[in-house]
Amino acid sequence: MWSSQGDLPQGLERPRAGESNADAASELDFRLASKKGDRRVVEVSVSSQKLAPTSAGAGAGHARWIRVTHWIIAASVLTLAVSGFTILMAHPRLYWGAVGNDLTPALIELPISRNYRHGGWKVGTPSFPAGAPAASVIRTYDILNENSWARSLHFLAAWFLVVTGLTYLAAGITSGHLRRDLLPRHGELSARGLRDDLSAHFGLHVPAAPGGPPYGLLQKCSYCGVVFLGLPLMVLTGLAMSPAITAAYPFLSGMFGGTQSARTIHFCVFVALILFVIIHLAMVSLSGFKRQMRAMTLGKPT
Amino acid sequence: MKTEHVITSRRTLITGLAATGGVLLAGCSESQPPTYGNVLRMADNLTYRAQRLLLPRNTLAKEYARRDITSILAIGTTNPGDPHEDLYDAAGGAAYERLRSGAFADWRLTIDGSVARPGSYSLNDLKRFPVRTQITKHTCEEGWSAIAEWTGVPLRRVLEAAGIRPGARFVNFYAFDATVDSIDMSDALHPQTLLAYGMNGRDLPIAHGAPLRLRVERQLGYKSVKFLHRIQVTDEFYDPGKLGPLQQGWAWYVGI
Repeated sequence: MWSSQGDLPQGLERPRAGESNADAASELDFRLASKKGDRRVVEVSVSSQKLAPTSAGAGAGHARWIRVTHWIIAASVLTLAVSGFTILMAHPRLYWGAVGNDLTPALIELPISRNYRHGGWKVGTPSFPAGAPAASVIRTYDILNENSWARSLHFLAAWFLVVTGLTYLAAGITSGHLRRDLLPRHGELSARGLRDDLSAHFGLHVPAAPGGPPYGLLQKCSYCGVVFLGLPLMVLTGLAMSPAITAAYPFLSGMFGGTQSARTIHFCVFVALILFVIIHLAMVSLSGFKRQMRAMTLGKPT
Repeated sequence: MKTEHVITSRRTLITGLAATGGVLLAGCSESQPPTYGNVLRMADNLTYRAQRLLLPRNTLAKEYARRDITSILAIGTTNPGDPHEDLYDAAGGAAYERLRSGAFADWRLTIDGSVARPGSYSLNDLKRFPVRTQITKHTCEEGWSAIAEWTGVPLRRVLEAAGIRPGARFVNFYAFDATVDSIDMSDALHPQTLLAYGMNGRDLPIAHGAPLRLRVERQLGYKSVKFLHRIQVTDEFYDPGKLGPLQQGWAWYVGI
């Protein structure tokens, strides 16, 4: 919850558009929790019956299932990032289309391992009819390749991500968490709201957060982006690279424009998710690291 | 009457339970690649199990047109006769050099193990089987891919000619270098699993596995073993040991 508007104390949320009638406003419970330096720590909770908060009281932290799934997914994503980067180092070239290799033009070449533009080739026995545009070469360069463990570790972590992710989505739907806490409310998502929240972030007006919902508008948008777009795209582009799965369901790679396109998108979404993690950690630190960590581990922010 | 009926039902029940138990036991005793307590290998086996359970059995990998054929690179062993190769095998390497100097006229493919008629086949014997040509994508574990045309005989035809025994579950492939690897019957009997002797309209080049290589189109490239000289059908999973891909840390099933 971020507010740069003047008439409320910083950190306090004004009633959202669409809820600004007297009843909704009266349901907003502002409570001064403590003082931390000269920054006021404020807890805000929406205690509307219609919206059924997870537990009574302000800044109640996170439900147990959210804490458990959060940390399993966090560990999976970290493992996937490390093993995925290791896999990419074996062949740091990205392509568009169905196929791509060292002898075809790359879309992006990444200088992240000694395999970058190594050029260790010799011409092999021709495997193409004379005059054919395609070529065959023998690699003479001893490439860096740690894929034996990296690939298996990647898929081990992927199993944890998929199973935990599906559990989170199922629990999120049945408990109302996704609708109540993550999806922007009716009328909340506006250009003005986004602009205000963005300028508050860039101004680093970071009030202490309640350690759990309710979330600010940008916070909701980024969480929704990860839950509904980023991670599902990672899983789908990952499946689109599998020879057995694409043999059974060719549309999986077709929808991304080919297996190598899926690999390139897989990399781009990886970069986006890493950016999210960096900003997420920065915001956790700026809004009260100890308190936020308590909320996501013990459940109670204080 | 009533008692008899009950007994009949009970008998049916017991027979049914016994049958179900038998099926379950058979399912449990089905050999899988060993994990050696390694959590990565456990995840590999989970992926293998899940894909065999969930994916349709005989869907074909995408086949391309001639104009889609791309450049391709040869990696791993590119000449089993070269002592500098990582996986050089002295006996296999010497045999390969000898056969190669004779344009593979004396080369034979041995088929043994869990088959009714073990034996061996020359290149010409294999070429007398029905020919299949397919233009498919080779996906390397490193991240690159290439499209090439492969000509050969479906492995299924050769195995059926040799007579697959009912207990057979794996097919092992022995190469002239130190490579030994295996696939399960599901992949072995797949219509696109080929013993290829031709590539892009020519004889298979040395670097790509002459005179005969395997093509397993629903798995990563390293399962398509090059430089074949022996095929062995087994009832149990065979781990070739320290030099085998499994103990070198590589997943056995890579349909991923």
